[in-house]
Amino acid sequence: MAAVTHDQLQGHQHGQSGLMRWITTTNHKDIGTLYMFFSFFMFLSGGVMALTIRAELFQPGLQVVQPEFFNQLTTMHGLVMVFGAIMPAFVGFANWMIPLMIGASDMAFARMNNWSFWLLPPAAILLLGSFFVPGGAAAAGWTMYAPLSVQMGMGMDLAIFAIHIMGISSIMGAINIVVTVLNMRAPGMTMMKMPMFCWTWLITAYLLIAVMPVLAGAVTMILTDRHFGTSFFNAAGGGDPVMYQHIFWFFGHPEVYIMILPAFGIVSQIIPAFARKPLFGYASMVYAVAAIAILSFAVWAHHMFATGMPAAGQLFFMYATMLIAVPTGVKVFNWVATMWRGSLSFETPMLWAVGFIFVFTIGGFTGLICAIAPIDIQVQDTYYVVAHFHYVLVAGSLFALFAGAYYWLPKWTGHMPSEFLGKLHFWCSLVFFNITFFPMHFLGLAGMPRRIPDYALQFADFNALISIGAFGFGLSQLIFLVAVIKCIRGGERAAARSWEGAEGLEWTVPSPAPHHTFEEAPVLR
Amino acid sequence: MGHVSRIASFLPALGAVAPAFAQDAPARYNLQTPVTSIAQQINDMHTWLMVICLVIFIGVFGVMFWAVFNHRKSKGAVAAHFHENTVVEIAWTIIPILILLGMAWPATRTVIDMKDTSNPDITVKATGYQWKWGYDYLQGEGEGVRFFSSMSTPRDQIEGGAPKGEAYLLEVDKPLVVPVGKKVRMLLTANDVIHSWWVPAFGVKQDAIPGFIRDAWFLAEKEGVFRGNCAELCGRDHGFMPIEVHVVSAERYAQWVAEQQAGMSAGTAAAVSVTPEDGAPAGVGARGLDVGLNVAAVADGKT
Repeated sequence: MAAVTHDQLQGHQHGQSGLMRWITTTNHKDIGTLYMFFSFFMFLSGGVMALTIRAELFQPGLQVVQPEFFNQLTTMHGLVMVFGAIMPAFVGFANWMIPLMIGASDMAFARMNNWSFWLLPPAAILLLGSFFVPGGAAAAGWTMYAPLSVQMGMGMDLAIFAIHIMGISSIMGAINIVVTVLNMRAPGMTMMKMPMFCWTWLITAYLLIAVMPVLAGAVTMILTDRHFGTSFFNAAGGGDPVMYQHIFWFFGHPEVYIMILPAFGIVSQIIPAFARKPLFGYASMVYAVAAIAILSFAVWAHHMFATGMPAAGQLFFMYATMLIAVPTGVKVFNWVATMWRGSLSFETPMLWAVGFIFVFTIGGFTGLICAIAPIDIQVQDTYYVVAHFHYVLVAGSLFALFAGAYYWLPKWTGHMPSEFLGKLHFWCSLVFFNITFFPMHFLGLAGMPRRIPDYALQFADFNALISIGAFGFGLSQLIFLVAVIKCIRGGERAAARSWEGAEGLEWTVPSPAPHHTFEEAPVLR
Repeated sequence: MGHVSRIASFLPALGAVAPAFAQDAPARYNLQTPVTSIAQQINDMHTWLMVICLVIFIGVFGVMFWAVFNHRKSKGAVAAHFHENTVVEIAWTIIPILILLGMAWPATRTVIDMKDTSNPDITVKATGYQWKWGYDYLQGEGEGVRFFSSMSTPRDQIEGGAPKGEAYLLEVDKPLVVPVGKKVRMLLTANDVIHSWWVPAFGVKQDAIPGFIRDAWFLAEKEGVFRGNCAELCGRDHGFMPIEVHVVSAERYAQWVAEQQAGMSAGTAAAVSVTPEDGAPAGVGARGLDVGLNVAAVADGKT
């Protein structure tokens, strides 16, 4: 299996050096690294917006920002975190790890890979730059509901173009992943022997290809309604504002699984490694991911119970949504069963993975509560929903990304990450996360709407607590930055198999992984 | 609904899960005290689901934390090698489906109840504007009454120049007034962008969609003042277009209707009295209302 030549051991890479190396690179590891640095930068940008929101909400009244700017912040926080931070981070993981996991020498379309990354910075410039145009950034919420989005200034146009560009990037990345996984697996690696991370990304990639064009269509219709006199979403011209929501959520619901399925994959790699025991129910895990992906196309209108659809419609979408709890439950049960009677140790990646299961499941339960249409009527567009989706997106996707980062950092850098910093980062994040987001359930139930810059007095205590938690959570993320920089610069040398129980082809190549790996495909028994 | 509350009342643990807070104080931890049967059903269902979720949560994480503390390598645990068990895997697929069926049953009945807007005693059309509500009494006692309802919290309180009042941001100049014990059908539409009419104590939240009419209903069983907010982002002052509903006795309601009708017959007095605080001329408000009605009429023809 030693597919490493002398040249590679020296870590040689050919071609340009300096900035041009990164601009022209077609190497999956370089591109993966670019994706991850980009997404971390966007994560910090979105975080600054979130903290400005929390500063305003620290006490009742308007102190820090005006309502117009507040709406821009909530909108851009959502867009930046979803399209700039979480999605590119997972694509970065896919770029780095999928070829290593399936024994491929690179991604299938190396040049397209370069292009799909380098589309992102211009999109980010459009998005972040829109704060500085007349009228400011888009302020219609990340969902950009018409007709409010038709009213916006040119910031909305910039956001629409940014979404177009990021969508193209995502589609190209997804095509690359599908082709790589289907065609470039090492001999002997059948589909049902593939690591879970590859499975979850394969299915995610299909979701991306299916729904990103739908989003592009929805925002293009807004664009033409804004500038070219169409009336897709204008009742006076025969259109329907609610149609926008149907189209948006037909993208939007699969989108939330796009952001969580690769997280399931990462956790499914880490739990067995630190339980020193194979993943329980591999086949049922694959089927569960596929079931979640298929169901995700039939539940979109549960975001729209308050728009007033017929009882039959509400019931259909309620039942379909509740059904998703079944495969999701199977996954949680499987992880717990993997840990059961294992030989557990709790290095940093495992802490994050176990933390993920624990906190993500709370988000899963509130998701079930929201699925019940009559209850959703009460909690829709309140802080309860804000709590719910931050439990699944922060404690879900983000925690899994951190778990994966600490797990594979030795492979990326050749050094073990600091256990002290990693654990500090974990415990600070877990505690502050819950201080921030748990009280939001109470606020939502008691009747605090979301997306408001000021609130009634009975909500003041919890909001002050939440703001304190949010600043704690935000600052905790700087620990990660320090841990990563320290790990890049030095530290304990990492062995090829950096963790005792780690399994998979990626652990058969040296750490750090040489610039070129698996030029000759490894053979699996 | 009956069996839900009966089962719920058997669970002493409930007190800890969903503390029943003083009736008059605003809700802080749980759904607001319901004053309609729909809101009551929602409350019971929510409590019941919380209990189920909590039991599952404790079960699953009881097992996980048992493993976390006892199956540690540092305690000499040696990993077993099992990695599948068909019976167990089928069981934990089927059992959740059965639990979900148990949850879906009461929810289905509530959905059907919520959609039954037939035979109202009073019909009121609420129109969302950026950023206030307009109310038109279309049918039943009070027919013909129409007015705007804008937030009455002074700018000074919001900007910190004055101490904040008790109903800060939840008070309006002219509240919606309805009689107790009567079925009120709300027709919802909007003039500009999507708004959402939400009164938590009634269990009603319905988007107001420009050019379309949707409906909802409530039957308040208790007199009092009930407050809500616009629940759909509608632009700059989305946070400042509250809903205030006064549920009053039949006599008080008749008296209120008489007062309104007297005011209406005195020409445009009603329109003048609801001039928005920001100083827009009265005519703009009145014209806005008329435009809203025309749009709604068109939509009515379509639907």
